[in-house]
Amino acid sequence: MINKICKSIPDALSGIKDGSTVLIGGFGTAGIPNELIDGLIQHGARELTVVNNNAGNGDTGLAALLKAGQVRKIICSFPRQADSYVFDELYRSGKIELELVPQGNLAERLRAAGAGVGAFYTPTGFGTELALNSDGTPKETRHINGKDYVLEYPIYGDVALIKAETGDRWGNLTFRKAARNFGPVMATAAKCTIATVHEVVELGKMDPESIVTPGIFVSRIVEIERVATQAGGFKQTA
Amino acid sequence: MSNYTKRTKQELAQRVAKDIFDGAYVNLGIGQPTLVANYLPEGMEVVLHSENGILGMGEAPLTGEEDYDLINAGKQPVTLLAGGAYFHHADSFAMMRGGHLDISVLGAFQVSATGDLANWSTGEAGAIPAVGGAMDLAVGAKQTWVMMDLLTKKGDSKVVQECSYPLTGLGCVKRIYSDLATLECTTEGLKLIDKVDGLSKEELERLIGLPVHA
Repeated sequence: MINKICKSIPDALSGIKDGSTVLIGGFGTAGIPNELIDGLIQHGARELTVVNNNAGNGDTGLAALLKAGQVRKIICSFPRQADSYVFDELYRSGKIELELVPQGNLAERLRAAGAGVGAFYTPTGFGTELALNSDGTPKETRHINGKDYVLEYPIYGDVALIKAETGDRWGNLTFRKAARNFGPVMATAAKCTIATVHEVVELGKMDPESIVTPGIFVSRIVEIERVATQAGGFKQTA
Repeated sequence: MSNYTKRTKQELAQRVAKDIFDGAYVNLGIGQPTLVANYLPEGMEVVLHSENGILGMGEAPLTGEEDYDLINAGKQPVTLLAGGAYFHHADSFAMMRGGHLDISVLGAFQVSATGDLANWSTGEAGAIPAVGGAMDLAVGAKQTWVMMDLLTKKGDSKVVQECSYPLTGLGCVKRIYSDLATLECTTEGLKLIDKVDGLSKEELERLIGLPVHA
């Protein structure tokens, strides 16, 4: 029998090792699996490489994980936000390494990892600073059918932490609105994908036509209470 | 003395909106470009794309009805129109990179006469770099348009021979909509589409410091 439902967040996070690459879903505050991140802080794994679109908002969620000193490197597209002061401070004092990746390349590098693609040529970033390796040498490029492309490699996760809406014991998932963002693609790219859901339903109750992430990409599911997503990532005037 | 008036931000947004066609799939970048949504002609169906996985994005919700699982690229709350859809990030950027979007409207620090774009970093020492979807938006859509003031606050032209700020994309900008003129970027340089009343072509060329072909 397959049963991917975990009783608690510590159960769901068990076995995460120091030095892991952790893919964390979310765009701004939408889709950020705050409960799993809080659990990871409790869990205490260190020297992590975190992949997220941003680098934390305010003092909670990903920002709290950074503040706890558990992250060695972050791979993201948009670290600087109105409320990214935790990251800003760590970055300026040289306590965290940053790999800046154009957002579409980030998504596609995750997709490539999940789809078994060894590397791919993308037009995004050609001729820019982001077509350089971290040591300043140029990434491989190629002229194909009149267009210029940069060679980009997959980003493999040891673990993915994602926030979903509904799940069943086979690991099938649906998402809520634009909180879906990186969730489905990260689920494919990690060895162990852990998802929170607000509702666990009986097998067969999820509409197979509407399942967004099929259970093959999901290792563990944990049910959490629904808490409304908070605003974040922009200057609030009101 | 000059006897012309600059387009206001609203007039500029209106000018851009005028060139968007019925049925177009459009991505409006963060900042000024979002204003364009307010001026799309009535009766026309334009589908707005948001990089974080939305097609058919609607306007801001009423106060008290914000849902922060439904936000735009600037992380502000939005709504979804009837017929709208959600999708994941790899699909969202495939829509850009794959040439499925008709128009991408972006802000800019600098644009070169041949359409190189600089809009993600001023290259300032010590600044925290952030690129987001800028590089994908610049090169992916069928047409990339820039919307900006022609001059910096200091009076320097933002349309240049060669960008001095870090590049976002090479030869990717097709049109520049500015407060003084609308220009086309071509491999041969700038071409004039329109200019505000009272501004001569000579004065425009003087401001930009580059030839503008009629």
